[in-house]
Amino acid sequence: MIKIKNLSASIDDKPILKGIDLSIGKGEVHAIMGPNGSGKSTLSYVLAGRDDYEVTGGSATFNGADLLAMEPEERVTAGLFLAFQYPVEIPGVQMSTFLKEAMNSIRRRKGEEELDALSFLKKMKTAAKNLGISDEMIKRSVNTGCSGGEKKRNEALQMAMLEPSFAILDETDSGLDIDALKIVADGVNALRSPERSFLVITHYQRLLDYIVPDYVHVLAHGRIVKSGGPDLAKELEAKGYAEFMQAEEAA
Amino acid sequence: MSDVLQDLNQLDKMGRQYEAGFETDIEMDYAPKGLNEDIIRLISEKKGEPEWMLDWRLAAYRHWLTMPEPDWAKINHPPIDYQDSYYYAAPKSMNKPKSLDEVDPKILEAYAKLGIPLREQEVLAGVEGAPRVAVDAVFDSVSVATTFKETLKEAGVIFCSMSEAIREHPELVKKYLGSVVPPRDNKHACLNSAVFTDGSFVYIPKGVKCPMELSTYFRMNATNTGQFERTLIIADEGSYVSYLEGCTAPMRDENQLHAAVVELIVHDDAEIRYSTVQNWYPGDEEGQGGVYNFVTKRALCDGVRSKVSWTQVETGSAITWKYPSCILKGDYSVGEFYSVAITNGRQQADTGTKMLHLGKHTKSRIISKGIAAGRSDGMYRGIVKIMPKAEGARNYTQCDSMLIGDQCGAHTVPYIECRNKTAKLEHEATTSKISEDQLFYCRQRGLSEEEAVALIVNGFCREVLQKLPMEFAVEAQKLVGISLEGSVG
Repeated sequence: MIKIKNLSASIDDKPILKGIDLSIGKGEVHAIMGPNGSGKSTLSYVLAGRDDYEVTGGSATFNGADLLAMEPEERVTAGLFLAFQYPVEIPGVQMSTFLKEAMNSIRRRKGEEELDALSFLKKMKTAAKNLGISDEMIKRSVNTGCSGGEKKRNEALQMAMLEPSFAILDETDSGLDIDALKIVADGVNALRSPERSFLVITHYQRLLDYIVPDYVHVLAHGRIVKSGGPDLAKELEAKGYAEFMQAEEAA
Repeated sequence: MSDVLQDLNQLDKMGRQYEAGFETDIEMDYAPKGLNEDIIRLISEKKGEPEWMLDWRLAAYRHWLTMPEPDWAKINHPPIDYQDSYYYAAPKSMNKPKSLDEVDPKILEAYAKLGIPLREQEVLAGVEGAPRVAVDAVFDSVSVATTFKETLKEAGVIFCSMSEAIREHPELVKKYLGSVVPPRDNKHACLNSAVFTDGSFVYIPKGVKCPMELSTYFRMNATNTGQFERTLIIADEGSYVSYLEGCTAPMRDENQLHAAVVELIVHDDAEIRYSTVQNWYPGDEEGQGGVYNFVTKRALCDGVRSKVSWTQVETGSAITWKYPSCILKGDYSVGEFYSVAITNGRQQADTGTKMLHLGKHTKSRIISKGIAAGRSDGMYRGIVKIMPKAEGARNYTQCDSMLIGDQCGAHTVPYIECRNKTAKLEHEATTSKISEDQLFYCRQRGLSEEEAVALIVNGFCREVLQKLPMEFAVEAQKLVGISLEGSVG
């Protein structure tokens, strides 16, 4: 589904990603772990198409299409979703309005009919209920006046509504207490299916207790330095990232 | 700097869309070009006005000749050649039609295209449960139709064109015309007093809550023609009315002058809500053409506990010079001003309000949202004046500006003059930009860049847009998006 080959990217001429190779198959959940500054968030932004990052080499395809040539909104239309580490506030725009506009925009791009207000509301109410999001929260402006945990739940809600085929979760666990973490993880697990792939980016192993990955990769200094099964995450939790940091310094 | 912001600078890639820019091809009856006493006599005669009205016009004209142009606003334009304009233009077929059946179908078509239904049955056949709106449709210099007159008459409400009011209700017109905005108020208002052609007249009698929204739709169609409408609304004791005003004009290369005067008079315990969606042609991206919108709007809260609420969404015009104001004379009277002003391309807007507190415990509230894009300039200019007798007066002012791109300007000039120690005044102001983070977040959810900008700006204006009556709010939201088209890469 996703094929990343020798991907390099920089921001303000500073190289961050230095040749990433990663293949994610249909229905697979991959986790990327790594120390701060290793390029985890950069990878998620580059895949989602943020302008400030310059791709300097390599390729990324999504179901065979050149992902890097698409505008951010085209990537969404193709089925990519990014749950933000720091969800952005949009004052004055209600979450429900925001979601409806976004979903209809995607539908128009696909040549589909727009959602009618009633079926949209029904769908949103169900999704919100599953994530413990109250009506009052939905009426608030997007992420405005929300706690860290509420923002992450909003991200999960949007993911449930947009039904992506490939979702990237960028440090979804940061800023969450254990109860909120469980709710969000349950939300993600409910979306797991043979048709849907995930890339879970995290610093800590804790999240992977709840969202159990098929593969774990370690990212350090802009490269994937080790790959393995779920056990690798536990190993990292015990030993920390020191080994990989030194490896880079030696090289 | 990111690509998006760089793209923001390249404004002219996309021409902005001006959906109301079409022209209606009909035979017109023009007064000769230029301005002099004979032209004024001609206008007065065309309208079948009484002698006193002509005298009023001529006195205004003679004074106008001596007045200087107001020069304190932050706007730039070449000197206006007042002799290069037509001051009266009416569709030829408009020689006193008695019913809509006699109105030129092309005119009806023009209004239908703008989404303004002039046939009552069409309004009634509209969405079930939707509020009915009575419309006075002004096409260049004449009112072509006023709907629901009979229904309103039953409630005692007078809603007609200004020309008709002068003929049918001279006692009311004589008493109130120029009582809030005297002819000598400023040069633009003075010109209007001399040459005003049509507009709406509303009288709500004592204790009557107007059974439907009233609206006037102004359409400038003829070339080289100024539009000078005059609106007068009187809300008698304990009455209520909500009035809406919409305006559009075809796209033309030359500048057209629009100098209107609106006067509101509010008696004890009465309330007027006045909403405007102004979408005159703004000119092209290079600043060619567009309407000069020089408007004097003022309300007199004459009675105890009287209330006026101005809501405006200003997206059109090459230049906007407009300060809907309130004279809070009655004790406990309330004045409100809610404004969204969007400028793009080369537009200039200098707009705001004046709140003059005369009575005791008078209250005013000002919420202004200015959005500037392209190479445009937006200015909030306001005065809050608390006079010595205004015990316990209160004002709250909030001025928020948003900049899109880095070649536009947003300015705020709030004057405050307080001459009573018991008054309380609050002022808040912010300036912001649409952040890269917000744009990317929206696009990551599937919105295009333009859709994202429209949504973010609508959110920024929400507090004001919510004040509009339903049927206007939807139109206004769309307009916000349309007027910002081409403002991002």
